[in-house]
Amino acid sequence: MPNYLSIDTSAHASVALIDADTGAVIATRTSPKGNDQTETLAGYVRDLMAGHDQQGPELAGIIVGVGPGPFTGLRVGLVAARTFGFVWQVPVHGVMSLHALAERVLELDEVPDEFIVASDARRKEVYWARYNRQGALTDGPHVAAAATLPALPVYGVGAGIYEDALREAGAAPQPESFEWIAESAYLAKHGLKELAAGKDLSNTAPQYLRESDAQVPAFMKQAEAKEATA
Amino acid sequence: MSTKEPVVLGIESSCDETGVGIVRGTQLLANAVSSSMDEHVRFGGVIPEIAARAHLEAFVPTLQQALDTAELTLDDIDAIAVTSGPGLAGALMVGVSAAKALALATGKPLYGINHLVAHVGVGVLEGTVLPPTFGALLVSGGHTEILKVTSLTNDVHLLGSTIDDAAGEAYDKVARLLGLGYPGGPAIDKAAKDGDRKAFRFPRGLSLPKFVGSAENPGKHRNNFSFSGLKTAVARCVEHFEAAGEPIPVADIAASFQEAVVDVITAKAVRAMKENNLTTVLLGGGVAANTRLRELLAARCASAGIALVVPPFSLCTDNGGMVAGLGAQLVADGVEPSGLDFATDSSQPVTQIVLSR
Repeated sequence: MPNYLSIDTSAHASVALIDADTGAVIATRTSPKGNDQTETLAGYVRDLMAGHDQQGPELAGIIVGVGPGPFTGLRVGLVAARTFGFVWQVPVHGVMSLHALAERVLELDEVPDEFIVASDARRKEVYWARYNRQGALTDGPHVAAAATLPALPVYGVGAGIYEDALREAGAAPQPESFEWIAESAYLAKHGLKELAAGKDLSNTAPQYLRESDAQVPAFMKQAEAKEATA
Repeated sequence: MSTKEPVVLGIESSCDETGVGIVRGTQLLANAVSSSMDEHVRFGGVIPEIAARAHLEAFVPTLQQALDTAELTLDDIDAIAVTSGPGLAGALMVGVSAAKALALATGKPLYGINHLVAHVGVGVLEGTVLPPTFGALLVSGGHTEILKVTSLTNDVHLLGSTIDDAAGEAYDKVARLLGLGYPGGPAIDKAAKDGDRKAFRFPRGLSLPKFVGSAENPGKHRNNFSFSGLKTAVARCVEHFEAAGEPIPVADIAASFQEAVVDVITAKAVRAMKENNLTTVLLGGGVAANTRLRELLAARCASAGIALVVPPFSLCTDNGGMVAGLGAQLVADGVEPSGLDFATDSSQPVTQIVLSR
């Protein structure tokens, strides 16, 4: 039976091989570090595929996390997934990375009626999204300061980093989830649900949510103003 | 694979150009380049995040274009080479991640190679014959270096480099001061054509005896460059005219600035060639297109009896062909590939021509 290769680098480098029929995780690996995507990703894919005799062209497809996440790491996974898809001639499916955190919440014994997942967006902000008990996205993804989040249970590493700010804002950060980052196995779980529902996931554009930091310098604005009046 | 004439695909993403080139030995088969330069114009310089975003979108289409041009499939490729550094970290990572995925998916060996040495490596493409040992002068938006090349694949030595801005960076900054737009190199070159290059005497950086010393007792910066003082001198000059309420003599300032840059670069490069017994110098980098640089370097090389090699302009600016060209030399020399686990190195030294496993 064909398998899916799942890749997410919105947090750490994370890869998984997933049974396309049962959704079972055949194998998965996630880096313990958040800054080694370029070094580790290709090796992880190589080891996973070789370890299970998986040939690239025989994959059912590639499921890739499109973020949001820190830009540099995110791009490493996206360009790799697109390149694998190009060479192996298999479809590449883009899945919003916060869904991976939501899937993990859905595995808890008690799932709240409504909840928030939050990841680390650096610069004192989180990437977040809101879900209902069934795991349907109801708002987001957004990037914002933790203190501005809705007063709901919050899961994910973003909840741990900003525990105090969230409590002060009336939200309920959930300690059991403070180490949770987006993992490819959970991402694939969500991706398979969407594919089964007939959703088109062919868009693999990154969800940056922020513009590049670049500001047009004052002297360029002056030059533009001069040109405009000339 | 044919080790004498390997077919190598090269990937370049160290700055604002996404390049994929293909060579067979020293023959260039394709050189597809997608540039994000237009997106940087309004900022007056390359914005790393914008460049990195553009690399992600451009990579697969540029790869497809190169294969189409070469009329090859990935099966025909013997090895893959990618710029691992020096360059913008976030930009390099897109090319390196893509190259690793490509190498893994095709089962081809991968070489992580030095961007600057690749600029020199274009010298062997398209039938140019270089002597066993030669010099190189690289002048671009990000680099200003004098190199001694004994072997492209295992012995490249840095003779001198800029200690602050690259020459092309100085061009960009001065072009902004003069309201000439971006990129500054072509804009200043054009404005300078109607100007008097002796109208102003701008400083030649690191030319004082205390920096230069003598051939026997060289100073610390004998072969090094500095352009930040020059940029400041031009700014003062512009301010002087503004304060006096007089029109700024743009053409004269552009010509005099360009002369200061080109004079110090060519003087130091030719001296370094002579003192290192190098009889051939290769000019590379985007500023190689500058008419005055080519003119003065040609004249000074001729006087010194040094042969000057200038590759076609499309091979002087950043491109994948140069990466493929150096990659083919490495394959032909039996150099070990770099594997899949290497990191990018935004300040990779020229002595590290290829990353080892």
